[in-house]
Amino acid sequence: MKQLSRTFGALTLTLALGLALALTGCEKAADKAADKPAAPAAQGPRTGELKVGFVYTSPVGDAGYSWAHDQGRIAVSKMEGVKTSFVEAVKEGADSERVIENMARGGYDLVFTTSFGFMDPTMKVAKDFPKVKFMHCSGFKAGENVSNYFGRIYQARYLTGMVAGSMTKSNIIGYVAAFPIPEVIRGINAFTLGVRSLNPKAQVRVVWTKTWFDPALEKDAAISLLDVGADVIAQHQDSAGPQEAAQQRGKYSIGYNSNMASFAPKAHLTSAVWNWAPLYEAIVKEVREGTWTGNRAIWWGMDKGIVDIAPFGPMVPKALQDKVLAQKALFVKGEDKVFVGPIKDQGGQVKIAAGVKAEDKDLLGMTWFVEGVVGSVQ
Amino acid sequence: MILIVSKREALPGRGVLVVYLGALALALGLCAGMLLLAGKPALGGLAVLFQGAFGQAHSLLDALLKAIPIFLCSLGVALCFRMQIWNIGAEGQFALGAVGATWAALSFGGLPGALLLPLMFLSAMALGALWGLIPAVLRLRLGVNEIISSLMLNYVGILVLEYLVFGIWKDPASFGFPMTSEFPAGAQIGRMGASLGTGLLGKLHWGLLACPLAGLAYSVFLGRTRLGFELAACGEGERVARYARLPYGFLVLLVMGLGGALSGLAGCIETSATLGRLQPTVMVGYGYTAIVVAWLARLKPWPIAFTAFLLAALRVGVEAMQLELQIPAAFGQIMEGAILLCVLAGQFFLTYSVRLRRPAPSEAPS
Repeated sequence: MKQLSRTFGALTLTLALGLALALTGCEKAADKAADKPAAPAAQGPRTGELKVGFVYTSPVGDAGYSWAHDQGRIAVSKMEGVKTSFVEAVKEGADSERVIENMARGGYDLVFTTSFGFMDPTMKVAKDFPKVKFMHCSGFKAGENVSNYFGRIYQARYLTGMVAGSMTKSNIIGYVAAFPIPEVIRGINAFTLGVRSLNPKAQVRVVWTKTWFDPALEKDAAISLLDVGADVIAQHQDSAGPQEAAQQRGKYSIGYNSNMASFAPKAHLTSAVWNWAPLYEAIVKEVREGTWTGNRAIWWGMDKGIVDIAPFGPMVPKALQDKVLAQKALFVKGEDKVFVGPIKDQGGQVKIAAGVKAEDKDLLGMTWFVEGVVGSVQ
Repeated sequence: MILIVSKREALPGRGVLVVYLGALALALGLCAGMLLLAGKPALGGLAVLFQGAFGQAHSLLDALLKAIPIFLCSLGVALCFRMQIWNIGAEGQFALGAVGATWAALSFGGLPGALLLPLMFLSAMALGALWGLIPAVLRLRLGVNEIISSLMLNYVGILVLEYLVFGIWKDPASFGFPMTSEFPAGAQIGRMGASLGTGLLGKLHWGLLACPLAGLAYSVFLGRTRLGFELAACGEGERVARYARLPYGFLVLLVMGLGGALSGLAGCIETSATLGRLQPTVMVGYGYTAIVVAWLARLKPWPIAFTAFLLAALRVGVEAMQLELQIPAAFGQIMEGAILLCVLAGQFFLTYSVRLRRPAPSEAPS
């Protein structure tokens, strides 16, 4: 019995020691934290500091979709009198509603919700917090205190398609696609139109992974495309899995979201990249100046600098680079002819008549593939 | 010195609490240490966590809401585990429940809520039960290991859900995005706050009622009925059960069916009350969380409720930590892992006593 109690004593001692160690550390850290002003109470009076919150669907990491948004956040946080924070890896659905609501309740003046799945939760919370301003990315709903925004990344896709179309030898280009939703379908279509502008014989084969971030699965999907003869791999997801697959087989790849060159330097031709900073800075400025309004759909393109392509890999010939950059110059000037007819669907039927430019609402609801895509939109 | 490990005669009464609290304290200590290593305030960080999880009425309600599907799924798998039937398929059964509820909501949208909601519950539970019965039949007829078959059916179940939402159930007004149209009002489980005329209960919905009902049924079934007793006896082993002429096959079908129905119910509540429509995002892994909860709670209903709530609160609290301190989301998972490991390791001390003994002088080598 005595021995038992001694053992128990020893155990308790270790535990207590461990805790004490942790606690002493805490106190120091807590002192440091105390220097800064405490977080303002919920809906307290604004002291001129603007609090801006960001909700991401995937971990920020060091590349990809959420990383690109976070670069925009960092740019905003450098503006004077602006404080930013974010919550990452938020599941779309009930979880996101809670996160967004806690931001609104925590005194945030402006909340960016950066994924399509946050649309309904954003709308619900916005109704309960009319004084907070919300910006939802890639959706189609808006309200008194909600506007939505996105970028014409399809312009960048078109440019990367031109590169892929010229670089392929087998005339089969693989496209590892995320979810069959208009955003992704639009990207595939623009890419394919870019491919066929320089190489009408090439086809783009699509494989759906139904993931935004699953490195192993996305790599496997790329391998299955390489197996059927694809020699350029493009992708829509956050992970660099497809890039690695292409490099391992000695083929080429096209990245997305951010410059993916570092993951596959031998394969990487270019990437379609986001640059959110100009948009985020403009929105924060609007809110600060009181000119922000809801019920808007903001859809900026290369002319405003929010989409771009990454620097070309060394294997891309100079002549091709010039061709692509010439097209880019047109986009930058505001001349956007990506979805100008005649454009046929997979069945050869004309969907956009000759000389007609597709309207934004048709692009936002695009659920059909253009001619040259092999795959189904299911 | 010799380390003596011996099996305990009986489970110590108050000792259980001591061991659990000790494990929890150790886990929190570890997490505080990790916060320090990451250059964040350790004590302040934990304070934010507790504040975010338990600090205000709304955070408690948030955790309670999140605990509902975890509790129901966990009860479902615990019932099967009681009989040593390893049902890993709560996730798929949850998906089928969501599908069943949506089918009823979309097909009979015109019915008043008093009819429509029970119909949704029924079809959700029936489909969930069906999804649970498949591995049960496979096991009884063909000897297929139910761990594998129930796990694999999770993927099939989620694919069924996606097929429907991306296909025939897609809302024509959704611009091609995968979601059904919003359920009619009669198909949405109401909020307590609205019905009781108070803002305090805010977002809490009536689906919460399913939890005490299911928990009560679980306790009564296991503790007060003959079948429940036979079920526990079957848990000692299939051959024993068959030797004692217990209806082993029937019981396997029963627990898998009931387990599936409970997970299906969770899917129905989650779809109807929190989303108000079916979207693929309804699947966030509650079915897997449920397995962990069931084990931590040693398959008992009150501990399951408590553990489900704590785990939900932890997840809610970690969001506050992220927001205030910009701690990576992965830290939440690390914390969860640390707590689970410590508690599981602590359970060792419940079954075994460990003592140090110095060799007596007479035994000492000369």
